[in-house]
Amino acid sequence: MTSPYQETVDEPPEPGAPARRTPLWRGQGPALAVVAVGGAAGASARYGAALLWPARTGGFPWTTFGVNVVGCFVIGVFMVLITEVWTPHPLVRPFFGTGVLGGFTTFSTYAVDIQRLMDEGHPRTALAYLAATLFAALAAVCLAVMLTRRAAARWSAGREPS
Amino acid sequence: MNWVLVIVGGMVGAPLRYLTDHAVRSRHDSAFPWGTFVVNVVGCLVLGALTGAATAGAASSHLQLLLGTGLCGALTTYSTFSYETLRLAESGARLHAAVNVVASVTAGLGAAFAGVAAAQAVWA
Repeated sequence: MTSPYQETVDEPPEPGAPARRTPLWRGQGPALAVVAVGGAAGASARYGAALLWPARTGGFPWTTFGVNVVGCFVIGVFMVLITEVWTPHPLVRPFFGTGVLGGFTTFSTYAVDIQRLMDEGHPRTALAYLAATLFAALAAVCLAVMLTRRAAARWSAGREPS
Repeated sequence: MNWVLVIVGGMVGAPLRYLTDHAVRSRHDSAFPWGTFVVNVVGCLVLGALTGAATAGAASSHLQLLLGTGLCGALTTYSTFSYETLRLAESGARLHAAVNVVASVTAGLGAAFAGVAAAQAVWA
């Protein structure tokens, strides 16, 4: 999912050329550029959220929790739209899915916040945060996929002549 | 200045994730999302080390914004992790989905703790 552009951008290997020698970024220029721009936008949005709602020392990291759950919900909506409802430009998925949403959500801050809470003597908050993020993130993506599929089915049924 | 550091870090982190996933997929034809797993664990290790270094006074707040908030934040992802877990479960690979969740959280936390401990051993 993180490199959805590869099928459409990769040129076929030249005859006789060893496939393993092909540089990773070959033919990936446009995708890498939109992933970089999207990643910068997503990371900035996460940083902005952290400035707006700074985490309290030793408290439940609500901002990162919210960022991750919102990002999981949005990716559920987005993936159903671009894989089941319409076929977008091939750069839409790397830009928004891989770049913006991937840059917005974070796994490393999640893990290090748990480590920090444990280290500071808040094991209960750490465990609650660990479980709540996991549960809410998975529930958000499931719910988003389900609701978007239902809305898309209703929308296409409404368009068909009866 | 702070925003520039986050933007630059994000502009490096997200493409690194994209390239890592691409590299892993081109070498291992597996249903298991190894690419996301690898970037998440590596990002946890680096952010752990950075946090340990910052606690010891060896990493400035600017470095934390560039490498932590920007690079590690954009390198790792919760949205793709969740979506890939759902895809595994939907495709019938429920065991793989469960293994992905348990392994990602366990390895990510292990990497974060190891990174902090290593940085503290070096700088403390």
